[in-house]
Amino acid sequence: MIEMHEVDKWYGTHNVLKRCTTHVAKGEVVVVCGPSGSGKSTLIKTVNGLEPFQGGRITVDGQAVTTSGRDLTRLRARIGMVFQSFELYPHMTVLDNVCLAQTVVLKRPRSEAEAKTEALLRRVGMIDHARKHPGQLSGGQQQRVAIARALAMDPIAMLFDEPTSALDPEMINEVLDVMTELALEGMTMMVVTHEMGFARRVAHRVVFMDDGQIVEDRSKDAFFDHPETDRAQLFLSKILHH
Amino acid sequence: MNYNWNWGILFREPYLGFLITGVITTIQLALIAWVVAFVLGSVLGVMRTLPSRIASSIAAVYVEVFRGIPLLVWFFLWFFVVPELLPREWGRWLKRDLPDPEFWTAVVALGLYTACRVAEQVRAGIQAIPRGQTMAGQAGGLSQAQIYRYILLPLAYRRIVPVLTSEFMTIFKNSSLALTIGVLELTAQARQIESFTFQGFEAFTAATVLYLVITLTVTVIMRQVEARTRIPGLLGQKGG
Ligand SMILES: Nc1ncnc2c1ncn2[C@@H]1O[C@H](COP(=O)(O)OP(=O)(O)O)[C@@H](O)[C@H]1O
Ligand SMILES: [Mg+2]
Repeated sequence: MIEMHEVDKWYGTHNVLKRCTTHVAKGEVVVVCGPSGSGKSTLIKTVNGLEPFQGGRITVDGQAVTTSGRDLTRLRARIGMVFQSFELYPHMTVLDNVCLAQTVVLKRPRSEAEAKTEALLRRVGMIDHARKHPGQLSGGQQQRVAIARALAMDPIAMLFDEPTSALDPEMINEVLDVMTELALEGMTMMVVTHEMGFARRVAHRVVFMDDGQIVEDRSKDAFFDHPETDRAQLFLSKILHH
Repeated sequence: MNYNWNWGILFREPYLGFLITGVITTIQLALIAWVVAFVLGSVLGVMRTLPSRIASSIAAVYVEVFRGIPLLVWFFLWFFVVPELLPREWGRWLKRDLPDPEFWTAVVALGLYTACRVAEQVRAGIQAIPRGQTMAGQAGGLSQAQIYRYILLPLAYRRIVPVLTSEFMTIFKNSSLALTIGVLELTAQARQIESFTFQGFEAFTAATVLYLVITLTVTVIMRQVEARTRIPGLLGQKGG
């Protein structure tokens, strides 16, 4: 579904992605982890072209990710994305947040979009808040709405960039539960997270990044039970004894 | 001081009529010029934030040129100089056939000048929006135009309501400069009453009070706009 081949990215002279090669098969859940600044956000944002890259090749569902143009816009509409800081539109109600791209991008009739939105809000437990604005919700509630907003486009894959790291601890699980359910239903997912419990429960593979490189890319069990590199061992020991 | 106060003059024809047409002209001039300034200023403000180098440079040059020349000079340029620079038929049309050429020249001068001030506010309003909002729109498959239409502009306008209020008030006050090219707006009418009756204090007091009434009305209306567009749940964050 998602294929990345030798992806290189530079900020000026700073090589932030170094020949990154990995893939996410249909129905697979891949967790990306690694120290802060290692390039995880940059990597996941290249998948839907939010970050341009200079070398290598990315395809999603067989279509090449370009740097701009209508094809890219159309591809983005088919890939859901959830951000660390939610990025709900503050001036719109929850209902309008979830309806917007459905109506203006997919051209769904408003009534159809609303029906879809209500079903999704019910699913993430937010139906009672449909008329509120994001500023009136907790972080966990906002992130569940953001997931519903992405799902409303019937995506072929979902990208998550540290979806729980801006949340107070007591709200993390309500978001992880929604994500777990999604994974169990067979959604193709690429998830940047430090929630190793979540990774152990639902990931198929783990990609470990350090300093712009993909250092390990292995099945979940192999990664957790016998991390190959010192860097991954160090990272795991820090994060698990936290 | 030996001055014969005569407030009654203000309520006598034709002077009452002078004041009324003056107020109407001032309001018409300011409102039409505001529409020009708002639309053009928004377009220019958006252009300054576009990734296209050409678009943002054009807008930047516009802003610098219009901001760098005093408004009074603009009135003279548009009224005396520009018609001479145009092809002869156009110039003749402007001077002879355009109904009320002074008024429409004043609309152009005031509107295009105020547009550069609106453009700067719109640009600042857009640039203050975190980049994540644009990314969220892109990730949802929205085109650049749709991102501006549904996300960036609604947020930017809300944020800049207070500064736009002040620009809107300024356009009423600046419209008084139109008297220099012969528009019979409120200040010009007060002068006219003065020269007919020698009751200048009364005439200009009346004009002053009328300007205050106009700007206070603008303040009240814009307070309503601000309250209506306030985003629920965003306290302590001015409008945006
Ligand atoms: N806009 C930018 N300009 C320059 N450098 C950047 C920019 N964004 C990120 N970087 C750098 O790229 C590297 C990777 O960042 P990021 O992908 O955010 O890491 P992570 O998500 O793993 O914490 C970091 O060294 C960061 O400083
Ligand atoms: Mg990151």
